[in-house]
Amino acid sequence: MKYKLLVSIAKSLLLARWKQTLVAAVGVTFSITMFITLLGFMSGLNDLLDGLILNRTPHIRLFNDIKPNLNQPINIHPDFTHSHNFISSIKSESNRQAIYNSIAISTRIKNDKRVIGFSPKITAQIFFNEGSVDVTGAINGIDYNEESRLFHFNEYITSGNAEDLDKIANSIVLGKGLAKILLADIGDIVYISTSNGERFQLKVVGIFQSGLGDIDKTQSFASVGTVQKILSKSNSYITEIQIKLNDIGMAPAMAKEYEALFETDAEDIQTANSQFETGSSVRTIISYAVGITLLIVAGFGIYNILNMMIFEKMDSIAILKATGFSGKDVQTIFLMIALSIGLFGGLLGLVFGFGLSSAIDQIPFNTPSLPTVKTYPINYAPIFYTIGIIFSLITTFLAGWFPSRKASKVDPVVIIRGK
Amino acid sequence: MNSTILEAKSISKSFNDPIKVDVLTDVNFTIQKGEFVSLTGKSGCGKSTLLYILSTMDTSYDGSLFIDQIIMPKENEQFLAEIRNKKIGFVFQFHYLLNEFNVLENVMLPGLKLNKYSREEVEHRAMEKLKILDIDKLALKKSFRISGGEKQRVAIARALINDPMIIMGDEPTGNLDKKNGDLVLDIFKELSGSFNQTLLIVTHDPSFAEKTDRIIRMEDGRIIS
Repeated sequence: MKYKLLVSIAKSLLLARWKQTLVAAVGVTFSITMFITLLGFMSGLNDLLDGLILNRTPHIRLFNDIKPNLNQPINIHPDFTHSHNFISSIKSESNRQAIYNSIAISTRIKNDKRVIGFSPKITAQIFFNEGSVDVTGAINGIDYNEESRLFHFNEYITSGNAEDLDKIANSIVLGKGLAKILLADIGDIVYISTSNGERFQLKVVGIFQSGLGDIDKTQSFASVGTVQKILSKSNSYITEIQIKLNDIGMAPAMAKEYEALFETDAEDIQTANSQFETGSSVRTIISYAVGITLLIVAGFGIYNILNMMIFEKMDSIAILKATGFSGKDVQTIFLMIALSIGLFGGLLGLVFGFGLSSAIDQIPFNTPSLPTVKTYPINYAPIFYTIGIIFSLITTFLAGWFPSRKASKVDPVVIIRGK
Repeated sequence: MNSTILEAKSISKSFNDPIKVDVLTDVNFTIQKGEFVSLTGKSGCGKSTLLYILSTMDTSYDGSLFIDQIIMPKENEQFLAEIRNKKIGFVFQFHYLLNEFNVLENVMLPGLKLNKYSREEVEHRAMEKLKILDIDKLALKKSFRISGGEKQRVAIARALINDPMIIMGDEPTGNLDKKNGDLVLDIFKELSGSFNQTLLIVTHDPSFAEKTDRIIRMEDGRIIS
């Protein structure tokens, strides 16, 4: 009952100056619209750019790194166990790059509930022979189906049919830049030689384009079996296991666990690609900063209009106080005015923000490196809309706080005697 | 049967800026229920200042003030607002109606604030007050669309809505022509006579003061008779 009365007074004051109210609300609407659009667009782009790398990067990689043995003989020698040993010019041992016991490891990972899937990989340095020219490159032996399912390999094939990797013996998929250097097209034969000097003929069945020029110029893909054959290795030879997890946040912990369990090296995605997270967070901070700046400007508008309203309504405030309304009641009335401007302006801003985002979502955005993206990316995450409305309420509350405090302090005697 | 509605005990007030000036010096008096009192004196004698102290709106004074035999605290703003709402009705020189509301709503506002009766009941009571003052036809008009005399009568109806113990007026006829001024005076006389309403009116108009039950004269911040 008490608040109903204050609400009805606030409403009357608000509607009496509806044009000013509208201007104030439009300010809030505009800033919330821009806030929503900016954040949606920015984080859409962020997701896209992150996706470029993160989508095709395994969450955990198991491999054997080339490094010196940690247990150097001098550490084991009984005479020096309590000493600090300085050894210079340690050399890496010539251990093999293959993962030991790869079949057992595969079974163990397959049964781990935290894992979505994994795919084996063999990486080998080779030369592509084009007439008298040798081009350095790398060939990756992959399981096409798993690689596509987990790391979207199929999305980057621009021509040809990469499924043939598993069907046609001695087939290869070349990077677009590499194919250009080798003047090779689908159906052509390319010649390669391994570091041991052995030569092979491979048939090109597809061209891929990752969007990262360096990769496209040097990388090529073949089936695991083909690469094992090129390197003259048995069918258990694997140099890398790529694992995708249900929860990417668990990657660092699980990488440590696997490292100890399988006695291999393990690298998690956060360590391998920390720079991308930095970039994303900087872009997000900029979007928030711009959005909040807009809101603060709108807040000053509301502050001005309320101040003016209070100045105009001095008489009304005085008589309200003379007839029994306390300073707190008067403050509540003006805060209600500010908050309703914030609420309605903000809600309208959310609607317009959604509309503007949808409009941007329709603008064509064709980039050869991302064949699956047709229009500008927009993120419609509800969290932006929640933050938007909360910000608009907080800003208008603060903008209304000081004028309404001033109104509550109006001394009716001064006003009434001044007439 | 007489009971004290309002009592002023050695009320003094002075301004210190730029030099000490005494506005009120040791003011003592009481008002009994049903009295129609006028407070007169020359311009600047402190009669309005005294009224605003008595009305609880001005709290910077020395001495003590009792309304309905309760001492008025000087600090508790919320409590004083409730006292004004419940026990005091105001009529000022200027009407101070809210332009955003119609006549009826203006009268109802203090009643709704009191929150003692339902909205319908407050509306009914407001209409009754308007009928007493013979302005019930104006009830639904916007308050800035009526004449000056009518506005002052609406202001009186607003002062009456919560059946206050005392009505205070600060030159309520000061802005009105002779005809409307007499009308307001007649209303006050009737309220005093028929409804036993206590009134305390500040005026500098001797002819107005003569028609009241009791005259308090002031000079230089003191009561002289």
